[in-house]
Amino acid sequence: MLALDTATPAVTVALHDGSRVLAAAAEVDARRHGELLLPAVDRVLAEAGLKLDAVSDIVVGVGPGPYTGLRVGLVTAATFGAALDVPVHGLCSLDGIAYASGLTEPFVVATDARRKEVYWARYADAHTRLTEPAVDRPAEIADEVAGVPAVGAGALLYDTVFTGVRRDGPEHQSAAALAGLAARKLAAGEELLPPRPLYLRRPDAQVPANYKVVTPR
Amino acid sequence: MADPADARGGPLVLGIETSCDETGVGIVRGHTLLADAVASSVDEHARFGGVVPEVASRAHLEAMVPTIQRALKDAGIAASDLDGIAVTAGPGLAGALLVGVSAAKAYAYALGKPLYGVNHLASHICVDQLEHGPLPEPTMALLVSGGHSSLLLAPDITSDVRPLGSTIDDAAGEAFDKVARVLNLGFPGGPVIDRWAREGDPEAIRFPRGLTGPRDPRYDFSFSGLKTAVARWIEAKRAAGEEVPVADVSASFQEAVVDVLTRKAVRACKDNGVDHLMIGGGVAANSRLRAMAQRRCEDAGIRLRVPRPKLCTDNGAMVAALGAEMVARNRPASAWDLSADSSLPVTETHVPDPHAHGRGHDHDHFHELSKGNLYS
Ligand SMILES: [Zn+2]
Repeated sequence: MLALDTATPAVTVALHDGSRVLAAAAEVDARRHGELLLPAVDRVLAEAGLKLDAVSDIVVGVGPGPYTGLRVGLVTAATFGAALDVPVHGLCSLDGIAYASGLTEPFVVATDARRKEVYWARYADAHTRLTEPAVDRPAEIADEVAGVPAVGAGALLYDTVFTGVRRDGPEHQSAAALAGLAARKLAAGEELLPPRPLYLRRPDAQVPANYKVVTPR
Repeated sequence: MADPADARGGPLVLGIETSCDETGVGIVRGHTLLADAVASSVDEHARFGGVVPEVASRAHLEAMVPTIQRALKDAGIAASDLDGIAVTAGPGLAGALLVGVSAAKAYAYALGKPLYGVNHLASHICVDQLEHGPLPEPTMALLVSGGHSSLLLAPDITSDVRPLGSTIDDAAGEAFDKVARVLNLGFPGGPVIDRWAREGDPEAIRFPRGLTGPRDPRYDFSFSGLKTAVARWIEAKRAAGEEVPVADVSASFQEAVVDVLTRKAVRACKDNGVDHLMIGGGVAANSRLRAMAQRRCEDAGIRLRVPRPKLCTDNGAMVAALGAEMVARNRPASAWDLSADSSLPVTETHVPDPHAHGRGHDHDHFHELSKGNLYS
């Protein structure tokens, strides 16, 4: 199983054989997802001593995450799937971070959505999400998350709102965690998500009211 | 050395284009077009009066794999037969380019094929090989679309493209869009103005010809002043309570654009001793541009080459055409960390692996890269 995720500043790739991680790579650079992903896939395969045709399933984080980077992972996964004729499974990227936390108590995951907002969701434990992922201004959810254990770069960034932030918790996505979660869900016969992006916001675009008159008045 | 690709009629290359609002995947064998699959998001942009980058990028992601599969089916080939994958590396909308570049890399890597990141503008020129055969060297090219208006001299389309002039403000296609908006004709403006213009008198209103004075740059264009002049003329009519003669305005505006474009293109050919002119880009579909260029080229003894409209607008076939030429001329492939470059200069016809040097080494380097892949 090849897992990859570009929904957070981390460009992360892992190979998983269903029971353990064979190789993994992660580089944090929010502006170079496009350049870093393929070389990372190449490195992980080389490290595991495998060729891409050994891959039987592809797992990809579907976000939510900043769109430009998010699409790099999704289109790469979809194209691999088409070229190799193997299934492509989607997982909510927040779920991977939750899984990596290993927490057994209720908590929240929050990542940086930029524009002074966070992507976030509530969890009962590391592999049970309670709410749909949402995008909000931290101040608007302050009452809901105050004192609740929290992980992820969004919680670290707005620690005056996420007062229960765990500084030792996972900050960005790790494909190794994502693969582990996917393996667990697939083994349990659970259905994963279609590999389609969770944008949570509509594109910024304004319908022009009318053209600007050019004749001086 | 006999190249098996030559025996089959040239290299078999798949090209991916996502620089603007068309998701294009084309397949060519040398100079022969085998497939030209295009998914356009133009309707989603219409109500915004222009291309919205995020809307375009989202549409590219949705359309990418289905368009690749449609192209393969149309061409009737197996992906494993391809000699290479080409992709527009720039210029264009950054987020849109990135979807195509990422897909091309994944596809090339999975198939164990070399990747060629190529220049969008050079691809617009090279596509004419699919219509009229090998490009004369040098070729003079006039590229006009919503994103570009350039005069380019191309001694070798794979390695040597020289910019002579370009627009200093709006692209020609943008001027069409803006005038169409003032006339309430919708988006995109090019085709609808072309249609109205056929019913109108191109001499009815004398609109200004930008940058055509004796001291103006010889090969640069400017369409912003023209656009403003047309808007003012229409507003004056409306202010006076008179009906706006849409056909005459369209024809006269179009005449002004086409007059400047063809005049400067023919001048560039004469100045540089080039006897072939190629016109490409979306505006090359304009019927008046084709007619006037034909007449002026004939008068000047210049052979005009304009591909059919479907090949002039953005498409994957043009990228495949340039990719095939890169393979045929042994140009070095791109690296797996190829990035999309929204402002890739036209002089960079392709983006070779910066770590590769010389032909033999490039070849070895590619095989080394592909060792871990599927078919090696
Ligand atoms: Zn174009």
